[in-house]
Amino acid sequence: MTRLLAVDALWFGLIVSVVGGIVAPIMIARGKRLGQWVTIAQAAVYANFAVVTVATLAMMWALARHDFSISYVAQVGSRATPLFYTIISLWGALEGSILFWAWVLALYSAAVVYTNRNRPGLLVPYASAVLLLIALFFHILLVGPANPLHLVSPIPLDGPGPNPLLQNHILMAVHPPLLYLGYVGMSVPFAFAAGAMLAGEVASDDWIRLTRRWTMLAWALLTAAVIAGMWWSYEVLGWGGYWAWDPVENASFIPWLTATAFLHSVIVQERRQMLKLWNVNLVVGTFVLTLLGTFLTRSGIISSVHAFTQGTIGFYFLTFIAVVLIGSLVMVAGNSEKFRSQGQLDAALSRETIFLLNNLLLTVLCFTVLIGTLFPLIAEAVRGVKVSVGEPFFNRMTLPVMVSLLFLMGIGPALPWKHGNMNDLKKKMIPGAIVAMILASIVIAFGSRSLYAVLAFAFAGFAATMNVQEFVIGARARQSAHRESFGTALVRLVKGNRRRYGGYVAHIGIIVSAFGIAASSAFRSEGEATLKPGETLTVGTVTARLKEVWGREEPQRSVIGATVELVRDGTVYATLSPRMNFYPTSQTPIPTPDVRSTPFGDTYMNLMAFQPDGSNATVKVILEPLVPWIWIGGGIICLGALLSAWPMKRVA
Amino acid sequence: MTSPELGSTLAPAKKRPKAGIIAMVVVLVAAFGWLLMGNLDKNVVFFLTPNELLAKGTEGIDVPVRLGGQVKAGTVTWDAKALDLRFDIVDTDGKGTIHVQSKGAPPQMFRDGMGVVCEGRFGADSVFQSTMLIIKHSNEYRAPKAGEKPQEMYKSLMKGSGS
Repeated sequence: MTRLLAVDALWFGLIVSVVGGIVAPIMIARGKRLGQWVTIAQAAVYANFAVVTVATLAMMWALARHDFSISYVAQVGSRATPLFYTIISLWGALEGSILFWAWVLALYSAAVVYTNRNRPGLLVPYASAVLLLIALFFHILLVGPANPLHLVSPIPLDGPGPNPLLQNHILMAVHPPLLYLGYVGMSVPFAFAAGAMLAGEVASDDWIRLTRRWTMLAWALLTAAVIAGMWWSYEVLGWGGYWAWDPVENASFIPWLTATAFLHSVIVQERRQMLKLWNVNLVVGTFVLTLLGTFLTRSGIISSVHAFTQGTIGFYFLTFIAVVLIGSLVMVAGNSEKFRSQGQLDAALSRETIFLLNNLLLTVLCFTVLIGTLFPLIAEAVRGVKVSVGEPFFNRMTLPVMVSLLFLMGIGPALPWKHGNMNDLKKKMIPGAIVAMILASIVIAFGSRSLYAVLAFAFAGFAATMNVQEFVIGARARQSAHRESFGTALVRLVKGNRRRYGGYVAHIGIIVSAFGIAASSAFRSEGEATLKPGETLTVGTVTARLKEVWGREEPQRSVIGATVELVRDGTVYATLSPRMNFYPTSQTPIPTPDVRSTPFGDTYMNLMAFQPDGSNATVKVILEPLVPWIWIGGGIICLGALLSAWPMKRVA
Repeated sequence: MTSPELGSTLAPAKKRPKAGIIAMVVVLVAAFGWLLMGNLDKNVVFFLTPNELLAKGTEGIDVPVRLGGQVKAGTVTWDAKALDLRFDIVDTDGKGTIHVQSKGAPPQMFRDGMGVVCEGRFGADSVFQSTMLIIKHSNEYRAPKAGEKPQEMYKSLMKGSGS
């Protein structure tokens, strides 16, 4: 019953996508009964949202009811798994995640059409057709290679449950949906760009204003997703790190870089009528990179090229990427006259220059990470050797670019458009430069001799001061002009130009995260020891004492834990319980490290090994200063993006 | 994505020589490419089996390698106090023995005959210094062989304080 409902819903969605994504735009282009086909295209978007919602709810229901006659439920379900993890296993494996993807896309499409329902012109009808074409691709996957709804016969009594790594932490309910919202959200700017090109509205620039806000939303969600992913990796994988330049991580980071570049260069287009072609390329590029990222992580091609031949989904993705690239190229070429820059660069010292440099560096960063991620594929295809690209490559290539970006983040807000004045800039830079020097001396005094660590702290301090200064300067000016208190002036200043000050808040968030990353990598210290109960291990200022090793049965797993006390001057000030979880489907235990967080940093503890009789345990203690600020910075970034993108009240 | 757009906006519309800017872009791109390839070459980690590593001779010494093979039966020694783990690793067909030394506790399920991947470097002293040791397992579920059952590891603890 549930299965048939979902199957019918998905087939109906496929038909609706063909009507709204192929037939409607053709009819609109031919101009016959225009109004009628525009209405049909709109209705198709709503209908698609309705049926994909039905299919997704049906799948969640089937998961919750342990309906093992459905192939996806039989694959990821288990009666022993807690209900919460059972339902979120919707995105725990390939087929379910494609269904969820289709739903998020349908949601975005419906939101785009609804918020622009009264907008005249053909931009939105074409954009919704493009969104339905993308939806069509996912519908083809869902009835083809990623069909989650095969009938299983005979019906199994129980299933293996989701991948143990995916049912071990609450962040699994947070990170994947955010990632899909961010990733899929990049389809909207692409649809607007394609819609504008199809409707011949690229010159009007109206589409760029529409696009900017949706990109900001998707970007904020993608940022939150990347940081939640780092947090998950930190809390679950047990190595005390949060970023390893793993292909899966890179896949989420690469489109983030191009989207970030777009959010900056789009301002140049709006203010100075420049970079139009470049911006369209960034929008198309970001969308293609999300597809490429999905291809890399979902086709299994990264772990081995040979996995590629087993599933056909990779082939579908490559075809779709090719279609998108060729289609975009044709559209861009057809509109090339309209992309001419009307403005030009007036002076080397201006905000435009900083934006150009920012774009250049972000593009270089994107290209570097992309090459590093794809290199193993190229090496295996061309030279027949199996290799991976080590972390040192990424660190050496990206750190110089990243610290430069931090520096630019401080300079940009201080410079005016068109013509800057060196003396004004120097004056504005004094407080930032002082903070930078103080921080650099502190870092050197604490014993760091790494050039990039010193530069990262100095530039982060500089950029933070410069961005905060913008608020102070603006509020002071209002204060004297309107006779307001400083607080009122600050609030009204931000309200008056939320877009700009939201951007500065996002900058501050990035800088806060940068402090966390720089401190935790430059000043990390760790120690490992095999302890008998009562014995201690000292790392830096922390002394840990093993109390006992214990075991506990849970319905879906067996848990072994160590109770470890942190002692200072003979008294216990905290107790940590790092654990190892044994799942019946996994031969190796899944760790659950325990972390004690303070604003100054984390004490991270992982259980590495234990004696079956409980006579000793090996524990690892890692001290990582300022780590919590990485996650807090992520929150500040999202706050800034929301402040910036929240719809303004229209005046008249 | 095209960078000419970036270049052309840098050039004023009034005819100033564009050749200089193009040359600058070419030099920058070339320098970037050279840096990229140079760093890739130095930091590529090879996936090898012990036999393949030995076959590389001196070329295989002191380069980053991910060595995949089996723990040779009866060769594991573990000094819990010094956190010093030593064992021999061989190809799955038993060829090409290499001594491995690793700092830190062995993974909980570590035992003879188990498939492992060691990341590290092969020293001139013919000992592979491993910085990371992971148990090789596929995501596909298969029934554990005798002696491989995790339950045997923690059974006795379950009778203890927790239950």
